[in-house]
Amino acid sequence: MNRRNFLRTLAISGAAFSLKLNSGMDVFAQTIDASSSGPINLVAVLGGEPDEMFKKAIAEMGGISKFIKQGDKVVVKPNIGWDKTPELAGNTNPKLVSEIIHQCFEAGAKEVTVFDHTCDDWVQAYKNSGIEAAAKAAGAKVVPAHEEIYYRSVSLPQGKRLKETKIHQAILDCDTWINVPVLKHHGGANLTISMKNLMGIIWDRRIFHSSDLQQCIADVCTLDKKPVLNIVDAYRVVKTNGPRGRSEADVVQPKGFFMSQDIVAVDTAAAKFFNQIREMPLDHVKHLANGQDLNLGTMDIDNLNVKRIRM
Amino acid sequence: MLKKLRIAVSIIFFTFITLYFLDFAGILPEWLNWAVKIQFASALLAFNFGVLAVLILITLLFGRIYCSSICPMGVFQDIVGWFSKRTGKKKKRYKYAPPKNILRWSILGVTIFLFIIGFPAFLGLIEPYSAFGRMIVNVFKPIYLAGNNLLSYLFSSFGNYIFYHVNVSIISIFSFVIGMVTFFTIGFLAWRYGRSYCNAICPVGTVLGFLSKFSLFKTRINQEKCNSCRLCAIKCKASCIDAASKKIDHSRCVNCFNCLNICTRDALQYSLSVKKKITVEEKNNGRRQFLLTSLASIATIPTAMAQEKTGLFVTPEKSSARETAIAPPGALSVKHLQQHCTSCHLCISKCPLNVLKPAFLEYGLEGLMQPVMYFKKGFCNYDCIICSNVCPNGALQPLTIEEKHATQVGRVVLRWGRCVVRTDETSCGACAEHCPTQAVKMIPFRNGLTRPVVDTEICVGCGGCEFICPVRPHTAIFVEGNNIHQEAKIVIDEKNKDLIIDDFGF
Repeated sequence: MNRRNFLRTLAISGAAFSLKLNSGMDVFAQTIDASSSGPINLVAVLGGEPDEMFKKAIAEMGGISKFIKQGDKVVVKPNIGWDKTPELAGNTNPKLVSEIIHQCFEAGAKEVTVFDHTCDDWVQAYKNSGIEAAAKAAGAKVVPAHEEIYYRSVSLPQGKRLKETKIHQAILDCDTWINVPVLKHHGGANLTISMKNLMGIIWDRRIFHSSDLQQCIADVCTLDKKPVLNIVDAYRVVKTNGPRGRSEADVVQPKGFFMSQDIVAVDTAAAKFFNQIREMPLDHVKHLANGQDLNLGTMDIDNLNVKRIRM
Repeated sequence: MLKKLRIAVSIIFFTFITLYFLDFAGILPEWLNWAVKIQFASALLAFNFGVLAVLILITLLFGRIYCSSICPMGVFQDIVGWFSKRTGKKKKRYKYAPPKNILRWSILGVTIFLFIIGFPAFLGLIEPYSAFGRMIVNVFKPIYLAGNNLLSYLFSSFGNYIFYHVNVSIISIFSFVIGMVTFFTIGFLAWRYGRSYCNAICPVGTVLGFLSKFSLFKTRINQEKCNSCRLCAIKCKASCIDAASKKIDHSRCVNCFNCLNICTRDALQYSLSVKKKITVEEKNNGRRQFLLTSLASIATIPTAMAQEKTGLFVTPEKSSARETAIAPPGALSVKHLQQHCTSCHLCISKCPLNVLKPAFLEYGLEGLMQPVMYFKKGFCNYDCIICSNVCPNGALQPLTIEEKHATQVGRVVLRWGRCVVRTDETSCGACAEHCPTQAVKMIPFRNGLTRPVVDTEICVGCGGCEFICPVRPHTAIFVEGNNIHQEAKIVIDEKNKDLIIDDFGF
C-alpha cells in the first residue's frame, strides 16, 4: 500500500507540474500548484440558500472574474436530467443556476448558454426543472441537446476504456464552461456529482453503461476542455432511489454547497458529505479513484486548502 | 354566397385538423381536438351518440354538409380538384355518371361484415378521416418536419433556438406504403373524377348519401326554367346532375353549391321542398324514424357482437423478446383497442417521445396499423397523458395523470444472465435510473457493485429500462405486454424524518 500511495502522489505531483497551460486551464494549474497557505482550493458552505451560498463561496475564491474573462462565451451546465420539480431535487437548483449566470454576465461574459442531455423528455425536463425559465430570465440562451446533430466527435487519448465520444457543440465552441451538478444517490454509480454530470454533455450514454460505467465517467473527464469551476448543489439531496427518485420521501434538505476547480476533490468532499446522510464508502464511488488515477484531481482533500463556511 | 360559406367552413376544418396532426411541439391548443372528435366514424366507434345525432340531423336537414366541409378527406379532394382545374391544359369538365350503387353498398356491407366478425382494420383502411390522418402522418409530416429542421438549422446558425431539430424517419414501412397508396389513389381520382371516392367507396359517404335523399334542404332543378344546357353538370364534382333528364341524384350531392350560380337561367335553387312536400314528409315521419332506428342499430350491433367475438386470426409474428404487444395506456386491452381504433395515427403523431408506431403484425392481422408501444427511440413519460386524451374513437380512453400512474400496460422482465453487472462485473444501473416507480431498483451485489431487481406489481410498463439497457442486440431487461391492462400498485413512501446535517463530513 505504501508503495502504491507513493506512486500515486508521485503521479499527481508530476501531473500538476506538467499540466499544459491552455485557455481556461491556466488558473487551474495555479490552484493545483498552490500550497495550503495559498489560494483556496475548495469551498464548502452549509446552511444557506443555494444562491447565497454560491455568492459567499465565489467571493472567497476571489470573485467569478478570476474564472470568466471579458467577452467570454460561457456554458453553464446544470443537471436537468429528469422531468421533476425543484422540490424533488432530480435536477440542479434553478436559483443557483440563475445566480451563476448573473455573475457571469457581471464579469463581462458575452453570452451564457445552458443545456443538458436529458434522460426524460427534454421539453418537459427543461420546463419542470424550472431551469429553462430561470436561465432565460437571467439572460442565458437555453439550447436543445436531444438530437445527435448537436454533437461532434472528440477523441479522448487519455481515456482507458473510452477513446472517443460525441460532445455537445456548445461545450466545444465555448471559451469556458462551468459544471453545476446536483448531489444525488445513484443506483448504478452509487453517487452522481460533478464527474458524472459530464454524461450530460455527451451523446451516447449506453456505451458508458456497457463498458465499465465507473471508468468511462473518469475517461470523459479527460476531455481537453475542462470545466473552469465545479459547483455542487447539495441544498436538496436525493438520498434513496436516485438519481431519479420516486417521491418527496427520497429527498432530504441538508443545505450543502461545494465548489472547486478540482473535479475529483469537489466530488470527494460531496461524497463525504453524503456519507453523513447515508453510508457511502468512497471506494464504492469508484469513478473518484479512477479519476485520480487519470490525474484529474485528488481525493486527498485533507491536504487541500479548504474553506468551510457556515451560514 | 352559399358556396363561399362552404369554402370558408371547409378551410377552417381542414386547416385545424391538418395542423393538429402536424403540430409536434404542442403549440396548438388542446380544444382543437373537437375537430377530430366530430368525425363520423370516430363518433360511431366512440359511442358518441350526441355527435352522431347532430351529424345525422344536419344531414337530414341540409344534406351532406359533413362530406362537404367537415370531412378532411373530402376537402382534400376539393383541393386536388382545384389544382387540377388550374394546372390542366383543357378546362376542367365533369360530366354526369350513373351511380355506382352496387359497388358502394357492397363496400359498406363488406365493411360492416368484417367489423362484426372482428376485423375492423378494413373500416380503418377506407374510412375517410383515418385514411386522411395516415396520409398526413406518412406523406406530409415528414415534409413538415424537414421544413422545421431547415428553419432550425438556419435560425440556430444565427444563435436562435426557437426551432429545434427533430428526427425525421419512416416509422412503419407498411403504414407508409398505405399512406402513399391512399394519397395517390384518392388524389388521382379527385384529379380526374372529382368526388368519386366519396360516392363509390367511402362507407360514410354511402350512409350519409342515403340519408341525404330525405333531407329537407336540397339543390333542386326548376323543371320549367331548365333547358338541359349541362352547364351545371360540367361543374358538378360529384357527377350527380343528370341535365338531360333534369334530375339530381341527391344521394351523391355533396353540397358544394358550385352549380347554383353557374346557371344562366336561375333554374337551380338550394331550398326547402317545393310546396306541400313538407306535409308529405311529416306524414313520412314513420319511415324516417324507421330509417334512423335501423341506422342506429347498424351502428351498435356490430360493436356489441364484436365484444363477444375473439379475433379470427392468430398473431402470426412476435416482435423480439415480447410475446404480447403493448397497447398504449388507456386502451384497456388489446381487444378494446382493436374494436375501436381506425388507425388514424393521431396518437402516434402526437406522442412527444416517439413511443408509438403503427403495428404491422404485432397484434395480428386485425390490428394492422393500430398504435403499438415500442422503445427503440424513447420511453413513455410517466406524467404524459397525451395519446389517451387525443383519441377521437375512444379506442384509448382519456386518462388523468393519477389514472395513468395506476395503469400497467405491461410488466418488466429482467434477464439477469445478460446484465452487464453480471457478465462484466461493472456498474450500470441504467434501468433503475430510468424507472419512475422503482419497479426496477438496485441492491448491493458485491465489490461495491449494485444489481437490478424487479417488482412487477408496481411496474407501469413505461419501457424506460428497456430503452436505456445497453446490452445489445437483445436487451437484458424488457417489458412484456399485458393483453388486458392491469392496475399498477401505487407505492406510498413514508416521509423521511427531517434530517439535520450540521457538519461537513470531512
